[in-house]
Amino acid sequence: MIYKKTILSAIAVIFLVSPVFADLVFPSLSYRTGPYGPNGIPFADGYADYFTLMNERDGGIGGEKVRMIECETGYNTEKGVECYESTKGEGALLYQPLSTGITYQLIPKASADNIPVLSSGYGRTSAKNGKIFKWIFNFPGTYWDAASIATKHAIEMSGGSLDGKKVALVYHNSGYGKEPIRTLEELSKKHKFELMLLPVDHPGQEQKSQWLQIRRERPDYIFMWGWGVMNSVAIQEAANIRFPMENFIGVWWSGSENDVIPAGDAAHGYKSLAMHAPGDNFPVYDDMRKYVIDKGLGAGDGSNVGTVLYSRGMYAAILAVEGAKSAQAIHGVSKITPSMMRDGLEALDITEEKLASIGLAGFAPTFKATCENHGGTGSAAVQQWDAKKGTWSFITDYMTSDQSVIQPLIDADSAQFAAENNIKERCN
Amino acid sequence: MLYREVGEYKTSYAEDSQTFPIKFDRYRYFFVLLVGILFVPFVINDYWAGAVFLPFLIYAIASLGLNILTGYCGQVSLGTGGFMAVGAYAAYKLMTAFPDLNIFFVVIISGFVTAAVGTMFGLPSLRIKGFYLAVATLAAQFFLVWLFNKVGWFYNYSASGQITAPARSLGDFLITGPDATPAAQYLFCFLFVFILAWIARNLTRGKIGRSWMAIRDMDIAAEIIGVNPLIAKLSAFAISSFYVGVAGALFFTVYLGAVEVTEAFNIQKSFIVLFMIIIGGLGSIFGSFAGAAFMVLMPVVLKNLLVTQLGWATDIAAHFEFIIIGGLIVFFLIVEPHGLAQLWNLLKQKLRLWPFPY
Repeated sequence: MIYKKTILSAIAVIFLVSPVFADLVFPSLSYRTGPYGPNGIPFADGYADYFTLMNERDGGIGGEKVRMIECETGYNTEKGVECYESTKGEGALLYQPLSTGITYQLIPKASADNIPVLSSGYGRTSAKNGKIFKWIFNFPGTYWDAASIATKHAIEMSGGSLDGKKVALVYHNSGYGKEPIRTLEELSKKHKFELMLLPVDHPGQEQKSQWLQIRRERPDYIFMWGWGVMNSVAIQEAANIRFPMENFIGVWWSGSENDVIPAGDAAHGYKSLAMHAPGDNFPVYDDMRKYVIDKGLGAGDGSNVGTVLYSRGMYAAILAVEGAKSAQAIHGVSKITPSMMRDGLEALDITEEKLASIGLAGFAPTFKATCENHGGTGSAAVQQWDAKKGTWSFITDYMTSDQSVIQPLIDADSAQFAAENNIKERCN
Repeated sequence: MLYREVGEYKTSYAEDSQTFPIKFDRYRYFFVLLVGILFVPFVINDYWAGAVFLPFLIYAIASLGLNILTGYCGQVSLGTGGFMAVGAYAAYKLMTAFPDLNIFFVVIISGFVTAAVGTMFGLPSLRIKGFYLAVATLAAQFFLVWLFNKVGWFYNYSASGQITAPARSLGDFLITGPDATPAAQYLFCFLFVFILAWIARNLTRGKIGRSWMAIRDMDIAAEIIGVNPLIAKLSAFAISSFYVGVAGALFFTVYLGAVEVTEAFNIQKSFIVLFMIIIGGLGSIFGSFAGAAFMVLMPVVLKNLLVTQLGWATDIAAHFEFIIIGGLIVFFLIVEPHGLAQLWNLLKQKLRLWPFPY
C-alpha cells in the first residue's frame, strides 16, 4: 500500500508543474542540442545572461525579479509546442522561439492565449502589420527587409545597376529559407536582374550539386539564407570554386563566427547583413563580465561573450526588458501581465539615449513601434569578415529597405491571413 | 486471483472467440473506455492535451496502420512519414477548397486519398520483398516530401511553404484552430482511435487478417493454399495507408495546426513509428498502443523529472533523454524481443496461474 502510494505520488510529482511565482516570467525556448545547437547555444546564453545581469545588477526590472524558464526544443516544432504549453501556465510574458517554424506554430496559439511573441529578424514577415497581427512583433527588421538591403548593397557594388546581372539565392529549404523569395522576385523585376533559386535540404551538409550549378551558371552575386552547419559548408564550397567572397552576402543568420571560422582563411571577405554591431567594445559587456560571468552565474562558460550570436541573444533579451519597462511605465504597476507586456512592446521606442544608457551606444538601429508597425524601420548594415584578425566589421551604415516593394507584399500577405482567420483590422 | 478463466462458462462460439474472453479483461477495457470518455475530457488542459494525449492518440493510429502492414502482413515500410504528409496535405487542400465540408469527413477523405497513394506505392511489393521493399518505400518517403515542398499548389503558394489549418467545428465545438478546447480535440481524436482500433482488431481476426498473416509467415505456402498475394498485399497497403493518412490529417489539423513538410514529416517520423511498433510488438493491436505510449510519454516524463524536478540544465537533460530512451529500448528488446505486448501477455499468463504457478 505504501509502495503504491509512493509510486502514485511520484507520478503526480513528475507531471505536476511547479507553482506560480510572482516574478516576471520569460520562457526561453532554446535549442542547445540537435543540428542547430552550435548556433542555438550562444543565443540562449546571451538571452539568459542578460536577464541574470538585470537581476544581479538592477535587482530585476522595475524592482521585480526576472525568472527565466528554459525549455529545450531541439529546433523541433513538436517539442516547441510542448515547451509552449508547459511554460505558458506559469505566467509567461513573452515568447522568443528563435525558429521560424516554431514561430508559425505559436502565432495562432499565442494570439488566442493573449501572450505576445517577438521574433526579431525571423518568423512571419507579414506580422509586421500590427493591424492584423495584434500579438506578434518582429522588429527591428524582417527577412524581406534583409532581401531588399542585400540587393541594395549589390546594386552599390556594381555601380548603381543590376541590369542584366545574375543573382543566386542559396537557401535553407524550409519556411525560413523560402521567406525572401517573393520579395527577391519582385526586386528582380524592378532592377532587371536574373534570379536563380538553389534550395539546400536540412541540415545542409550536402551542397555539392548546388555549387556545381553555381560554377556552371556563374552568378554575379550570391545571397544566402542559411542556418547552422549549412552556413559554414556553403562558405567552404564557395571558397572551393573560388567565388569572389565579397560578392557572397548572407542574411543576419548567416553571419556569425561559427559560420566563417571553419573555412579558415578562405572565408576572408565574406559578407553578411547585421542588425546590430559586432564585437564586444561596449560598456555592457564589462558589466556582464563583472556581475555575471566572473561570479560564475553565466549560462555558458563565458567564452561566447561578444560573439555575434551571443550579442543577438542579448539584444533579444534587451528588447524584452525594454518592452517590460515601457509596459510598467504605461500601466504604472511593476507586476505586469502578458497583455500589459504587449502594450509595452507596441509602445517600445528604442532611441540613441536609451541604447547609451544600457551601455550599448550605437549598437543597433533606432526604431519606434506603433500600432500599425510591429516591424521597426527595417534597417540593417553590411558586415565583412576579416579572417586574419578574426573579426567582423561594419563596411556600411545602417541602410533602410525599399518599402515601396515590401509594403504591398506585406499588405497582401497579411490580408490573406486576415481573410483565412476572420480577423478585423485594428488601429483605425 | 481476479484474472482467470475459472468459473467462466462459454456456451456459444461467439462468446468463446470474443476479443476479451476473460471477464476481468473485458471490464478493464470498458473501464479504460469510460475513463477516456467520462473522466479525461473534464480534467484535460492545454498542456496534457498538447504534450501527452493528442500525440499519443495520433501516433497510436499511425502505429496501428504500420502494424497492419509490417506486423500483420510482413511488408516493411519506411514511408510512414511520407504517407502522413499525404494525409495532412489532403486535409489542407480539402479544408481550403471546401470550407463547408465537415472536419470529420475531411479526415476520412484524407484517409482515402492516402490509401490510394499507398496502394500505388505498394505495387512494387508484388515483385520485391524485405530490404528491397524497404528501399522502395523509402523512395516514397523522399519523393512525397520533395513533392509537397516543391509544388506550390499543395501549399496554396504561401510565401513560406507552411500550411496552416483554418478553424473548423463539429456541431458547436471547434475542433481545429487555436480557439478549440483541448477536451473537444481530445474527444475527436479519441473517437477516431476507438473506431479504427476496433476495425483493426476485427480485420485482423477475420479472413483478410488471416490472409495477411499467411503472406507474412510464408508467401509461397500462402499462395498454394489459395491466398491471392495481389489482393492480400495491396489491401494491406491500402488499409495501412488509410490509417496513416488519418493520423497525418489529425496530426496537422488537430495537433499542430501548422506544419512544414520537411520538418514535420521527414524520415525521422517514419523511424519513430517503426520504433513504436517494434517496441510495442509486431502484429499486436495492444502493442501499437504500448509502443506509441512509450515513445510519446518517455521524453515528456524524463524531461519533467530531470529538468523540472531535479533542476538539470536543459541541454544535459536532453542528451540524457536520448541515452535513457535508447538504453531502455535496448533493454526491452533484449529482455523481450517481441515487444511490450509480449511482456503484457506473459504477465497475463502468470496472473492466470497465480498464486500457484508451476
